[in-house]
Amino acid sequence: MKGTNLGEFEELVLLTIAALVDEAYSVAICDELEKHTGRSAKLGVVHAVLNRLEEKGLAKSKLGDATSARGGKRKRYYEVTHSGKVALTRSKEVRESIWRIIPGFNLEGSI
Amino acid sequence: MKIHDTPPPRPPRWAQRLLSWYCKPSLLEDLQGDLNEYFERNLKNKGARRARLIYVIDVLKFLRPYTIRKPEFLTLLIHFMMIGSYFKTSRRSLVRNKLFSFINVFGLAVSMSVGLLVIAFISDLFSYDDFHEKKNRIYRVITSHQPAGQREMNFASTSVKAGKSIKESVPGVDDLTILRSGFSGDAAVGSKTLPVEGLWTDPSFLRVFSFPLIQGDPASALREPYSLIVTQKTAQKLFGSADPLGEIVRFDTLNYTVTGVMEDIPKLSHLQFEALVSFQTLELQQARDPNFTSWENIWQNYVYIALPEKSTPEMISSSLDKINKHENAALQQKQISISLQPLKQVVTSGGLSNSIGPTVNASLLWILAGLAFVIILSACFNYTNLSIARSLRRTREVGIRKVIGALKGHVLGQFITESVIISMLALAFSFTLFLVLRKQFLSLDPHLARLASFDISPAMIGYFIGLSVITGIVAGFFPALFFSRVNAIQVIRDSSSLKVFRHLSMRKALIVTQYTISLIFITTTLIGYKQYRGMLTFDLGYTTRNIVNMKLHGNKPDLLKKELAEIPEVAGISKSMMVTSLGSAHGAQVKYEDARDSAMVWQNLVDENYLPLHKHRLLAGKNFALRPKKGEDSEVIVNEELLKRFDIAKRDPEKALGKNIIVDGRKLTIVGVLKDFHYGTLENRIEPVMLRYSADEPWGYLNISINSKDPVATMAGIENAWRKIDKVHPLDAKFYDDQIEEAYSQFSVMIKVIGFITFLAICIASMGLFGMVVFTTETRLKEISIRKVLGASETGLVYLLSKGFLLLLTISALIALPVTYLFFDKIVLQNFPYHQPIGVQVLFSGLLVVMLIAFFLIGSQTLKASRRNPAKVLKSE
Repeated sequence: MKGTNLGEFEELVLLTIAALVDEAYSVAICDELEKHTGRSAKLGVVHAVLNRLEEKGLAKSKLGDATSARGGKRKRYYEVTHSGKVALTRSKEVRESIWRIIPGFNLEGSI
Repeated sequence: MKIHDTPPPRPPRWAQRLLSWYCKPSLLEDLQGDLNEYFERNLKNKGARRARLIYVIDVLKFLRPYTIRKPEFLTLLIHFMMIGSYFKTSRRSLVRNKLFSFINVFGLAVSMSVGLLVIAFISDLFSYDDFHEKKNRIYRVITSHQPAGQREMNFASTSVKAGKSIKESVPGVDDLTILRSGFSGDAAVGSKTLPVEGLWTDPSFLRVFSFPLIQGDPASALREPYSLIVTQKTAQKLFGSADPLGEIVRFDTLNYTVTGVMEDIPKLSHLQFEALVSFQTLELQQARDPNFTSWENIWQNYVYIALPEKSTPEMISSSLDKINKHENAALQQKQISISLQPLKQVVTSGGLSNSIGPTVNASLLWILAGLAFVIILSACFNYTNLSIARSLRRTREVGIRKVIGALKGHVLGQFITESVIISMLALAFSFTLFLVLRKQFLSLDPHLARLASFDISPAMIGYFIGLSVITGIVAGFFPALFFSRVNAIQVIRDSSSLKVFRHLSMRKALIVTQYTISLIFITTTLIGYKQYRGMLTFDLGYTTRNIVNMKLHGNKPDLLKKELAEIPEVAGISKSMMVTSLGSAHGAQVKYEDARDSAMVWQNLVDENYLPLHKHRLLAGKNFALRPKKGEDSEVIVNEELLKRFDIAKRDPEKALGKNIIVDGRKLTIVGVLKDFHYGTLENRIEPVMLRYSADEPWGYLNISINSKDPVATMAGIENAWRKIDKVHPLDAKFYDDQIEEAYSQFSVMIKVIGFITFLAICIASMGLFGMVVFTTETRLKEISIRKVLGASETGLVYLLSKGFLLLLTISALIALPVTYLFFDKIVLQNFPYHQPIGVQVLFSGLLVVMLIAFFLIGSQTLKASRRNPAKVLKSE
């Protein structure tokens, strides 16, 4: 069993899956990530991460219906599993608990 | 609106195929879709070209561990379990078609035996010097010699000075040894005398190389002057069973002490010697000769260095360049540079002059490997052809297998296994053949027998099996592919719908290739043979008939001459330093009036009887008149080329008489001009040559002209005369014509080898053709019978059946003959200035032989088919 710890990029991808709800398939995830992060998300990287998330049991997938787009090939839609949701929540909690102990964090002050 | 008519651009097909080949089925569809989506996007934004490129790059980028299809364990397991069944069906099909099986197994066996020979030969060459512990870090210092305005020559030898300079000034060298070739003399122990040849070398020789001593101390054995290490074999010959250590061996007038006995040298060592003499001896003897340690004296010395482990030759090459630069600054009109050569390349890098030990050109190895490859391929073609042709019967079996559940991969595996089984069977035969052939091969040429041993090692067996497996796969690949694509339902429902004559064009192409190869081989052999005969009978410009050349081995020529003169059959005797036209050469620097213009001119030292005995043709002047003492010769006879080279007397032989040329600093008068003759072999153009009557160097040979009806008896007489004078050396006397044949023995070996391969190629191609003819006539038997019933004549039927094959043969002749002709005319024979014309009849006689065999094979089978009683054939429906 691989570790269930979320890497930074893994977390982003998993969040995007959750955000896209019913439209979460590889190309859409790439586009969404690009939109939010401003970095280009390469399909190769995203595909590998999706594959890893599924292996870890944080996401699950199923093939959609065939359409005439994409050369007649079906899309694989992703969905966050229960343990995926737990992992996301936990990681958010960890961050927030650390945020809370930073005294008087001020973005302007550090600049 | 034409634009709408063209289909939209698609991703490259091969990339799509690649993706679906390597990708896991579970990931494939989605991935294909993703890439398609991106492709369509890129098509809009970046154009078709970029989109295709990106698609290809993406396909390659997705080749990652998690996407790659794993070999399915189940498939492998099934293959493993089915091997028994594969064996059974293979055996059945082998037994069922005895003729075809014979053709396959025999062809593969014969052709693979050639492959085995080549593998054994190459593996022998690459295992040369393997017994040295430091084999991978020993390097030889080699020398390039570049006189201004002349061709650069590379030597395996180098100067003593190069060795000393490296020893003194180059850091990062573990050990260095200098050796010098050419120690030879008659070793006398007590009353026993025996010729011994060896090397001079220093104590580090035994550290660089792994030649273990049985007796003696390796550290000190070669330290003192006049110390001698002998090999076990030589010690046995000299001392018998007595202890050789500390014994005295006498060479001429000098005493040497035996300080060590060495294990016999392995056969696969490029250094071969009977004795080692300490380098100190040589330095003592040559102390007063400044030339000995000169940078330019690069002819006889060899330097080997051992580098420390994990160090590369590049590390010290800059130091070598520094030495080169320093030394060449003092040279005029030439450059001499040293560099390194790994020990393991010493044998396989021909092309170096003054090589010590055997060398083989790498190109020769490629040619041999190429010949073996072609011949094995030809046998593979037979297998491919016959298997596909006979596919009708096997397709039903494949159909059943597929219905039961065999996948494409299983069928592919089955037929590849079958062909590997057959080629393993063939390997067993070809190994036996190899054992017979290797002796024949080694006895082709004494040079070969010295070069290779062909001893079988476990690694070699591994290579053999590897060759056989690869051969099996190559031979069986196309039939296997064919069978794996068989449509099970179609085959089982109606086998007649399967087209027996499918893949006909491929089969035809294979036959044409086989015959083209055979024809190229046979014409090559015939052309080569004609050229070789032409070389032996070439008019060299003088006669070589009935002349025996006897090597003097340092004996007094006049004593021998007196003995020989008493034999009645001896018609004349002359003396010479060397024998011309055999490939060896002696040169001297010659100048004419212009002191700056000097050239190397080949020479021979001869006596007054030499010219008449060899019937040399004098264009002007006369034979030598003076009989000079040592260092006093003043006459020279030159050839036309020499007049041309120095433009003496405007090349007029008569006027050239009396002119002086300067040879090695001595003034000589031209007393005669010879018509050009061949001093070198026929591979070289005639160059400037001079003959001198000189006592400066000892005579090397007696040339004995014989007028005898019984050469054997005369040779026995000569042997008797020799025995009276020299009791140590065996007689070394040969007929001049035989010597010339030996000088060209490399060609004779080549022709024999190619001739043998030709024979095999024709056999294999003929068997293949025979198989195809038998098959075709059998399948068309009913058609023939019906034609016959309807009134066709026998000749008509024979013509009908054979015209297809004849067309194929004609095509291969049309390819093979021009190719061979052009290859020889434009490439090979350009290297031989004195070659014979190729001749039409040589070209066509080869064709005729091959065609006659083919006609016979085709004719006999078709005639047999057309004479069958149609009633019997048609009755058994």
